[in-house]
Amino acid sequence: MDFALSQEQKDIQELALKFARNEMIPHAQEMDDKGIFPHDIFKKAWELGLTNTCIPAEYGGTGFSSLDGVIISEALAYGCMGMNTSFMANDLALLPIVIGGTDEQKKKFLTPFTTDFRIASFCLTEPGNGSDAGGLKTSLKDGGDHWILNGEKMWITNAGHAHLFVVYATIDPALKHKGICAIVVDPKTAGIELGKKEDKMGHRSSDTRGVRFNNVKVPKENMLGGVGEGWAIAMKTLDHSRPLVASSALGGSWRALDLSVIYSKERIQFGVPIAKHQAVQFMIAEMAMKVEASRLLVYKAAWMCDQHQKNTEVASYAKAFAADSCMQITTDAVQIYGGYGYSKEYPVEKLMRDAKLIQIYEGTSQIQRLVIAREVLR
Amino acid sequence: MNIFVCVKQVPDTETKVVPNADGSFIETSSIKWIMNPYDEFAVEQALLIKQANAAANVTVIRVGSVKDTEALRTAMAMGADDGILVEAGDNLDSFSIAKALKGAIDKSGKKADLFLAGKQAIDDDCLQVPQILAQMLDMPSVAVVVGFELNGTTIKAKREIEGGALEVYEINGPCMIACNKGLNTPRYASLPGIMKAKKKPMAQHSLADVGVSDADRRVKYSGFRLPPEKPAGKKFDATDAAKQKEVVAQVVGLLRTEAKII
Repeated sequence: MDFALSQEQKDIQELALKFARNEMIPHAQEMDDKGIFPHDIFKKAWELGLTNTCIPAEYGGTGFSSLDGVIISEALAYGCMGMNTSFMANDLALLPIVIGGTDEQKKKFLTPFTTDFRIASFCLTEPGNGSDAGGLKTSLKDGGDHWILNGEKMWITNAGHAHLFVVYATIDPALKHKGICAIVVDPKTAGIELGKKEDKMGHRSSDTRGVRFNNVKVPKENMLGGVGEGWAIAMKTLDHSRPLVASSALGGSWRALDLSVIYSKERIQFGVPIAKHQAVQFMIAEMAMKVEASRLLVYKAAWMCDQHQKNTEVASYAKAFAADSCMQITTDAVQIYGGYGYSKEYPVEKLMRDAKLIQIYEGTSQIQRLVIAREVLR
Repeated sequence: MNIFVCVKQVPDTETKVVPNADGSFIETSSIKWIMNPYDEFAVEQALLIKQANAAANVTVIRVGSVKDTEALRTAMAMGADDGILVEAGDNLDSFSIAKALKGAIDKSGKKADLFLAGKQAIDDDCLQVPQILAQMLDMPSVAVVVGFELNGTTIKAKREIEGGALEVYEINGPCMIACNKGLNTPRYASLPGIMKAKKKPMAQHSLADVGVSDADRRVKYSGFRLPPEKPAGKKFDATDAAKQKEVVAQVVGLLRTEAKII
């Protein structure tokens, strides 16, 4: 057993952290405040190879392992969880193509993401279907030489900037999971209507919108897998993407810990730095434990993916534990900063707002527990 | 065109530096090393020249411990073609380092057209190696360079002088340029660059291989210790006009007897 990162992984982490410190942190507060999409920072990260880590080398990607991917995502989330949501959404949308696409589809849809800066969206959730994703209503009808897509999607990350959508739709809602298909859609196709950008509590720089499909014609060859294979593709995608989302929580926790350590050594109360007070020490110790435990779970969930082991259960441990820990750690960071922590002049209140979303998206902390219980009680 | 870039590995700026147990050097076991930030400008300048001249070859060269080769790997990940490492302790003096660099350059068999280095290393701040090396190589050198243009074989280098003014030099043929902040913006090593760097050639020599021995040392470090901790400052209250004369006398007295600066 070896817990050490390879020299190459250390170099990758070093670069991603340097990028987070120099390019993301200086702009995170303002972009969050004004809700500015981090287009140029995203592009710069893409130029350095820090995004789209899921694209295999044979299609022009970096060919990184899942573990490499979470190491990068953790470091970028250290810079800003909100911006990292935009970056990660690309992987989330491209993974179904990596998992369920034919060689031809991969060349056609993945390679352009390696030669040009492009943005993608994963369209699963609907206004009426969040946790119960299998009950989706967006419909796919056979139009002869093409498919016809109708319906509405909700909370779609990157929707306003995307060059590619992967949409989940059903050929017959009565078939439930067995009727679901995954299909690649060009966002410029006639009949697609974007909603307004959501005004969110956190992750405010990421672009989140509703998307409406009105008789949208989609080429037949854009379907990933066969009719009814969409659900299996979505579930396999989540096995890969949950460690990634968990790593974002981990990165946020790590930042909150670092900031708390620095501040508690600087802030003087009762004549000593507050780090000398046991009440603060206990909060910091708790944070450090949870960061390390989150990291071990996240790395293991990604490592299992790389070993082609079924990681559904561990990925849910990682997602739920890292997200819940991030909420606790960022809340305590605000507590350690006291009144200053509650002010937007200081960086920790943003971390607390950002943490909340990770308990919700990509399977709520409650859904993760259902998944875990289902596996444990099997 | 062969460009040599001299790089040094220095402790990360956030490192808390402490003397080692016997005070002979700093404790290096727990240090995180980075490329000397001024050397990044030198590497970037070499890569900019390479971008404009496809035939240019950039060799990075370093004298120092073999335990961690961060600076060379970073430079090659940024885009340098190959590397040379002369294995040595981290506490050599400037003369020995310059002599080792010259030895390694001679050994490479490459005809050097340009040398680039950072103007100083941020650890010992000696500001000597580029100039000593240029002297050994018998070529002109310009230090604290903030502007660089290459036209054919003519180099125009701008250096900062006191008062914010610039001196402009025109140099023909091989020379040493010691780079300062403001010359360019160093690029990041990209992830594909990091992967490619592993396959790039890196020659390794001992000090003896490049003709350097203990006898070359011009500076011997006698001991390292932290500066004494600064005592808390003294405050004097002179708000009461009637007492001001008395307070001034007190301050002057202490400056004479205690601080001994007047």
